[in-house]
Amino acid sequence: MIEANQNTTSGSTHLLGEKSTVTNSMSAYSVLLEILKRDIRVALRRQSDVAAVFFFFIIAASLFPLGSGADPKLLSAMAPSVLWVTALLSCMLSLSRIFASDYADGTLEQMLLSNQPTVLIVLMKILAHWILSGLPLVLVAPLIGLQFNLSNEQLQVLAISLLMGTLALSLIGSIGAALTLGIRSTGVLIAILVLPLYIPVLVFGAGAVNAVSIGMSPNGALSLLGAVLALALVFSPLASAAALRIALE
Amino acid sequence: MEKKLDINWFKYASPKTFYPLAGKIIPWCAIGAAILIAYGLYIGLFVAPTDFQQGEGYRIIFVHVPSAWFSMFLYLIMAFYASMGLVFNAKLSYMMATAIAPTGAMFTFVALVTGSLWGKPMWGAWWVWDARLTSELILLFLYIGYFSLQAAIDDKNRADKASAVLALVGAINVPIIYFSVKWWNTLHQGSSVSLTKAPAMAAVMLEGMLVMAIGFWLYSIAIILMRVRCDILERDSKLQMFKKD
Repeated sequence: MIEANQNTTSGSTHLLGEKSTVTNSMSAYSVLLEILKRDIRVALRRQSDVAAVFFFFIIAASLFPLGSGADPKLLSAMAPSVLWVTALLSCMLSLSRIFASDYADGTLEQMLLSNQPTVLIVLMKILAHWILSGLPLVLVAPLIGLQFNLSNEQLQVLAISLLMGTLALSLIGSIGAALTLGIRSTGVLIAILVLPLYIPVLVFGAGAVNAVSIGMSPNGALSLLGAVLALALVFSPLASAAALRIALE
Repeated sequence: MEKKLDINWFKYASPKTFYPLAGKIIPWCAIGAAILIAYGLYIGLFVAPTDFQQGEGYRIIFVHVPSAWFSMFLYLIMAFYASMGLVFNAKLSYMMATAIAPTGAMFTFVALVTGSLWGKPMWGAWWVWDARLTSELILLFLYIGYFSLQAAIDDKNRADKASAVLALVGAINVPIIYFSVKWWNTLHQGSSVSLTKAPAMAAVMLEGMLVMAIGFWLYSIAIILMRVRCDILERDSKLQMFKKD
């Protein structure tokens, strides 16, 4: 387990006076970093789960041109919303991964019983989830945007908006994941809980790219997206931690 | 000798004492609601003059505006009771929040539908995706999410607390709806009624709207208390409340 003995004096001495480095006290930051690394490591052991969401994004985004006839003008007009909605749905599909497997084998309870602040543990888990689910989307979305005939400027703004947006989506989605922990057939329930809260992120994120399409500056929408991200960064871990306590009592 | 005024603030916080109190309040509120809504509709349909710009079609305002006000107000009250439940761990607070949700959702739905019926003749469209309509729609989704979460969790304790957290998280939407007409350029008209300025509409129309609003308020109280009484009975499966002890 990651939880180090934070209260031991630095370096317990053995009989012969050597300092043992194994049980050195770890600073709070390195403990949290260990949680982050551990979550990423565990998730990567089931690579298919991580990759599945990534491929869902690519496949689902490709469905729209097939469904609408491949008129380039129409494609570039609908690309911002299609890409954003598909990214949003991909993020939503992977939400259960944040807490579910740890809840199932009891690790989550141990984490909550430790002396680390629950809020920070939750934040690290969300970051680990974002690095594996959100960040790949940010990197691949411009490539898919090329398929949709987006201009370079639109692709840049798309990448920036998705960078901020997917992090906000992971944060807000964690609230839904924590609330529905352990409930049978949660797939659609998470969607109902979380999609209304996702709508501002979608409106501002896709709005930024749409602004570039019509020649206006994306700064307004991007600033509002940043504001939503800032609020989510502060309040989502609090709400998720509260929901986890409720689920685990 | 000092006499202290000893008020038990939590006297009605138990279902056992609240049940008969609610029973006494309901008939008064129901009758008051019926009278006021009838009077308000009378004002709205017969007394208020024909509008200069909109003709007769504007009269739907007497249902649309009060129900929109209450969709937001009831959500805030629900969030308040949810937070009271989380703070004091009082079952009755959770029951009140659960009872408010259906009425709030109904008012949201009525506001959206009456708004569409008004919008078609006035704006030419059943629906536009402007800020106020979109955020009111989100409010409906939030109410639906509240129901779904409650229904999905079997353990009543956990269901109460989880949906309380959800109600609090969603409460941020209400100020967004309220201020949306100020913050964005929307097709929906701005606020004509404000606490700080004189109203921008004829006195008769304002009177009709206020009468309908108070009527809706009394209706909400009556129906919510009825729902809470049913919930109290459902949860008290052994009817321990009525046992003589």
